Amino acid sequence: MAAPIDLHEVMDREREERFRTRWRVKACASTACMSAGAGATIQAVEDMVEREDMELEVQVIPTGCMGLCSAGPLMRMMRRGGDETDYQKVTPDAAKEIVRSHVLNEEPVPEHLLDTTMPFFTSQERVVLANGGVINPDRIESYVAHGGYQALEKALTSMKPKQVIEEIRRSGLRGRGGAGYPVGSKWSLLAAAGGKTKYVVANGDEGDPGAYMDRTIMEDDPHRLIEGIAIAAYATGADQAYIYVRAEYPRAIERLDRAIRVARRNRLLGRKILDTNFSLAVEVRIGAGAFVCGEETALMASIEGRRGTPQLRPPYPTEKGLWGAPTMINNVETLANVAPIIDRGGDWFASIGTEKSTGTKVFALAGDIVNTGLIEVPMGTSLREIVEEIGGGVPDGRSFKAAQTGGPSGGCIPAKFLDTPVDYESLRELGSIMGSGGLIVMDDEVRMPDVAKFFMEFSMDESCGKCTPCRAGTVQMHNLLQRITDGNGTRRDLRDLEHLCSVVRDMSLCGLGQSAPNPVISTLQYFRSEYEALIDEEEVVHA
Amino acid sequence: MSDTTTRAVVGVSDRQQGEHPSGDNRFDLIDKHLKRGRYAQDQLIETLHVAQDVFGYLSEDILIYVARALRLPPSMVYGVATFYQLFTFDPPGDHACTVCTGTACFVKGADDIVKGVSNAYDVPAGETSEDGSLTLKTARCLGSCGLAPVVVFDGEVLGHQNTESTLELVAAAVGGVD
Amino acid sequence: MRETRSAVHVSFDGVEYEGYAGESVLQCARRNGVTVPSLCFLEGLSVWGGCRICVVEIAEDHRLRPACATQIAADMEVKVETPRLRAYRKAILELLFAEGNHVCAVCVSNGKCELQDMAVLCGMDHVRYDYQSPLREIDASHPKYVFDPNRCILCTRCVRVCDEIEGAHVWDIGFRGEEAHLVTEMNKPWGESLSCTWCGKCVAVCPTGSLAYEGRAIGEMEHDPAMIQRLAVARNRGEWLYPGEEQ
Repeated sequence: MAAPIDLHEVMDREREERFRTRWRVKACASTACMSAGAGATIQAVEDMVEREDMELEVQVIPTGCMGLCSAGPLMRMMRRGGDETDYQKVTPDAAKEIVRSHVLNEEPVPEHLLDTTMPFFTSQERVVLANGGVINPDRIESYVAHGGYQALEKALTSMKPKQVIEEIRRSGLRGRGGAGYPVGSKWSLLAAAGGKTKYVVANGDEGDPGAYMDRTIMEDDPHRLIEGIAIAAYATGADQAYIYVRAEYPRAIERLDRAIRVARRNRLLGRKILDTNFSLAVEVRIGAGAFVCGEETALMASIEGRRGTPQLRPPYPTEKGLWGAPTMINNVETLANVAPIIDRGGDWFASIGTEKSTGTKVFALAGDIVNTGLIEVPMGTSLREIVEEIGGGVPDGRSFKAAQTGGPSGGCIPAKFLDTPVDYESLRELGSIMGSGGLIVMDDEVRMPDVAKFFMEFSMDESCGKCTPCRAGTVQMHNLLQRITDGNGTRRDLRDLEHLCSVVRDMSLCGLGQSAPNPVISTLQYFRSEYEALIDEEEVVHA
Repeated sequence: MSDTTTRAVVGVSDRQQGEHPSGDNRFDLIDKHLKRGRYAQDQLIETLHVAQDVFGYLSEDILIYVARALRLPPSMVYGVATFYQLFTFDPPGDHACTVCTGTACFVKGADDIVKGVSNAYDVPAGETSEDGSLTLKTARCLGSCGLAPVVVFDGEVLGHQNTESTLELVAAAVGGVD
Repeated sequence: MRETRSAVHVSFDGVEYEGYAGESVLQCARRNGVTVPSLCFLEGLSVWGGCRICVVEIAEDHRLRPACATQIAADMEVKVETPRLRAYRKAILELLFAEGNHVCAVCVSNGKCELQDMAVLCGMDHVRYDYQSPLREIDASHPKYVFDPNRCILCTRCVRVCDEIEGAHVWDIGFRGEEAHLVTEMNKPWGESLSCTWCGKCVAVCPTGSLAYEGRAIGEMEHDPAMIQRLAVARNRGEWLYPGEEQ
């Protein structure tokens, strides 16, 4: 068996490497920037460095997501021991000019400068995304150099499993996948469960349209997820873990597969991790396009190679999960919070955010908003700050109408509630949910009944078909919404729609069905006049 | 079923290298995957992914092959394969145009793009045009919401698209419509 | 061997009954002669919990739970007949009637159909939703049986009985959501199936006229779902019950 990785030696080596050149060019190589042409940009810089013999002066480091996806490709010039300059919309030619100008003349290039003093950057607090734009996701050394795997080492060598759980409990961390169940309690349940085999599952089946924080974590910081899983498994007594990733994320699958191999080689996974008695095998399992597989019991069915239909609970997964063994499922973002908590302590984490919703939350800002991209803010930040300051408000002189959170399981929050702090309870009171963190801004051109119909179509298509209310109810709700949005609806249709909202919410088997009416319920609550207008118009026409 | 028949079908252990008993060597790639997974039944979805990568789609023969190899009832394999949206049972077209219909793309008009391509090439979403030149697909959210609306054409992710730009793209590869 | 079971107090709509630890709310209700509407549940098969007709209200937390999958607990107060539950059950039956093509007047099971019985029991006299009128082809390829998917309510009794009791797993569900439907083998005609043993258990358990014997006229098809309970008892307890002795 090879010797385990020496974390401190790697850190030293990386520090030397960092100071080797006077300039370091960090270029975002995350999916959004790549689609905006980052590949060519990076290639151009690398070619130039080689052609013009600048290797001793400049090193190019592809990194994970820098956040402001709408301004990609993003690039950062870093001077040894000194200042950083960020650039936006960096084309290959611009990149060459920027590098030359810095290296030869110590001059920035004004036209592509990115203003990092704007609230988009200054109002964020990055815990989960701390390594975004910093490390090279393909190199474990890069992760280690920024404190990676220190938490795992600390847990394995100086903490008992119980202490690890206690630290998580103290942090107040709640599940980031939607419902916000206390993570410490979930871990205790698995730790208390009997049996020889126990499983930990990372839920990377990020299906909410509009949310891509889990993808970003898996692609850009895969070792952070692996470290979180390893700590969770150590704390709960599991020796096998799965990462369930949706097949729509091939890059995440590739990066995770590779990161797992590298971690195993470095004795951070596998048998006798870091020469302790703790062993853990981690395997990636791939979905195949089914939103419902984000639901815990459906996810397990899918891992077992079956149709992803939810099962009745109880028994809960921590009692009877994968192949009948106790199983704990945590969301990817949840697990990405684990290493920092163990590293810096539960009290530190609990000091961020609000009393009941601690820590930070990553949101994917999209829709009718100036700055689209991934942001991370303390829980309790107001929607107004997120939309108007960080997001830069609604473009094209239009006005804000609603923010959609929680995807097809969530709701639309109108302007009058913009000052609501974003936390689990406040969002639920408004008829929405935190969900996984998609936040889609809609301007005054968007018709809310259309939005409700859009989500109902989604839920209808994604219903597994097992239970009647969800399978047949979503179809009928979609029929009614179609009729209403076409202007052919009647008062009776509206009444039937409202009744079906309750039927499907209260009678469905799993969370998908139970929450499928939420977009309708919330738009009816806040934008009822739009539905009525569609109906009244038609009645006038008939008259 | 006797052991010898199973092996003849599964065909891993005692056959000569370079020639698959089915006559189609692409099955070798499936066999390799099956073997690595030790023929565990929970490898069904992974195996179907591999099979689809290799053959481009899942024909009835392939499904039966996988079912027999994993010793699963055919109806179960069929049920699993048809449950998941990413498995396809018809040969794909020469070119694939996938329009993201996630929320951000929806807000930015993805529906019009789907309709535009669908009408121009007379191909319903999720299907392949009659001449086999174009498959039009919709995706649930590709997680590139900052670039909405997003279109993936033959594997290339393209942001900030509209109906005209997408039609130009398709026309360049497939040919224009009269 | 009969186990000795510890009795607990439970109540259904305010009337006290004796329940046994380990039995479900639905089983307890049936044993005590309390009517709880249900469709997909069948004694002797695993619990599916999909039809949602048997949902009841548990007083402690006002949560709605399927009676088939909820274990009896001491002093449990179960509500079966509340205005809300009655309205919900009716709505679910309407949804079932609207999604398939259920025309009782021409059905082999007319008068002997569990779906029809439920509609009568729950007072469902009209359907307020759009009839989906799906196009579904009848499969009459099997020499002994007929499968009419128009009358299928996806209760999966046939899937479960074929897998769990017969062990053949001829049936499964293909596709999902509103497209979900029963398939035999690779969605080929039933008559071409190599795995079907012609045992007829799937036909015996079908609650509607979806699975029937070949050649039955309107109202002539009688199912025998209790057969499965007899088989299950024989298999699990080594006791052979006679028709009519099922609990």
